[in-house]
Amino acid sequence: MHLSPAARLALRLVTAAGLAFVYVPLLVVVISSFNSARIFTWPPDGFTLEWWGRAWDNPGARAALSASLRAALGATAIALVLGTLLSFAVQRHRFFGREAVNLLVVLPIALPGIVTGIALQSSFRVLGVSLSLWTIVVGHATFCVVVVFNNVVARLRRVSRSLEEASMDLGADAFETFRLVTFPALRSALLAGGLLAFALSFDEIIVTTFTAGPGDQTLPLWIFTNLTRPNQAPVVNVVAVLLIAVSVVPIWLAQRLSEGALRGGAAGAH
Amino acid sequence: MSSAPAVAGGRGGWLRPLSRVLHRRPRLRLALLLTGPLGWLLVAYIGSLAVLLLSALWSTDSFTGELVREPTTDNFRTLLSSEVYRAITLRTLGVAAGVTVVDVLLGFPIAFYMAKVASPRWRRLLLVAVLTPLWASYLVKAYAWRVMLGSGGVLDWLLGPLGVHTPGYGLAGVWIVLSYLWLPYMILPIFAGLERLPDSLLEASSDLGAGAWRTFRSVILPLAFPAVVAGSIFTFSLSLGDYVAVNIVGGKTQMIGNVIYASVGAANDLPFAAALATVPVVVMLAYLLLARRAGAFESL
Repeated sequence: MHLSPAARLALRLVTAAGLAFVYVPLLVVVISSFNSARIFTWPPDGFTLEWWGRAWDNPGARAALSASLRAALGATAIALVLGTLLSFAVQRHRFFGREAVNLLVVLPIALPGIVTGIALQSSFRVLGVSLSLWTIVVGHATFCVVVVFNNVVARLRRVSRSLEEASMDLGADAFETFRLVTFPALRSALLAGGLLAFALSFDEIIVTTFTAGPGDQTLPLWIFTNLTRPNQAPVVNVVAVLLIAVSVVPIWLAQRLSEGALRGGAAGAH
Repeated sequence: MSSAPAVAGGRGGWLRPLSRVLHRRPRLRLALLLTGPLGWLLVAYIGSLAVLLLSALWSTDSFTGELVREPTTDNFRTLLSSEVYRAITLRTLGVAAGVTVVDVLLGFPIAFYMAKVASPRWRRLLLVAVLTPLWASYLVKAYAWRVMLGSGGVLDWLLGPLGVHTPGYGLAGVWIVLSYLWLPYMILPIFAGLERLPDSLLEASSDLGAGAWRTFRSVILPLAFPAVVAGSIFTFSLSLGDYVAVNIVGGKTQMIGNVIYASVGAANDLPFAAALATVPVVVMLAYLLLARRAGAFESL
């Protein structure tokens, strides 16, 4: 787009300021993971690697990480299946109440987490279901369906139906067509939706607070109980820094994959 | 897609007859697609919400703390007649609106720069830069703001020379921190919306003699509006129900989320919490219906 140099500069400045706003607090977290004081104050007292060593063999953090991974994997798997089924129904069929389905799928993420949390908790109580990792998975999957749904619906809108019809005309049945034509076109959308669902579940605290059993501690719950303890707070900062560092890899990969797929898709359409 | 192998031979077995049946009966196909997800959302979610709304009509025995399952409208009467709850509701709506406005004002230019001005290489880098904070723990970020906002903290240290001082822990702190936490949720839908907007439209506008500002007002803004509304669903609803960040940086500030949390936990009064929870439910339902009319659901 044609912009005056002044407008270009203004946009660049706002973007830089916005990124500074986003990254200064994260930098504070990084600095505090090396800070020698037990409770973080500004400016830092001194430099230490003690917390990094302690975080490495912290059984509580490891158990919580494993619980979070299991919950997030479970929720993501359910969300992938339910979200994909629903997106095919909405995008490929016309039926009564289709608009309502759109609203229904958005609702769990659009209503505040505390509403979803106490609603699920009270219905688990009414049904006599005891809270466990499974109830966490149910809660997380419910609000993760929408991100898979949105990604797949957006992709289905762009993938031409004629490719599938051609496949059927060439003698493939519905399952072969799905496996060889539809699924490859959806793969990167599923990956993007799945990653987002995983991230949402992995960092969820409010719904988890209400659906976790007494023995289940996901990473956010572990962070919540340890952030205010003098000897544990710096360890929590180390864990947070590690998570940010590790998360850059899947984000970068997903970005590259979806761009490649877009380019490939566009090339295929011509 | 071009590399799809020849499938004309196909496989035998039971899949092919099943495929034929499904092909001939689209209603059956639809039913199979819908049963699982609709069952889940209706039973697990709408069912739970119904239980919650129903329990808003119950009460708690003040001596034993047991649930009394007899319908009464006392909870709603308390809610509507009390000055305190009205003030808390208005404050919460105000914060949610304020956070949304800050995130639109900050997020739109960033998303626009990413989608339409930056080079492809920079676009990818910026996108990763916006996505990464979503993976950083929400709690750790909120606690980082305690260090930022404290007196003599990072904000004072950074901005003190400019004559700006930290607002400390309180309503302003909540406003800043919630705007901070939800900013990526605003940038991403707007970026996606702007990326879909073809450059040729912008070129056509400038060929027809429109300046940058006119193009922005008459072409970009109307087409990007659904995406902005989509982003605002997140920023508004996430602010509406938050109580964790409010506890961390809000000082004594009370929002609806805090009161609901206290009613469920400390006060052990689920029916009253449920009645309070109807406030954000009604607000968000109205918001969603308006957002759908603006076409925001296609941009989520």
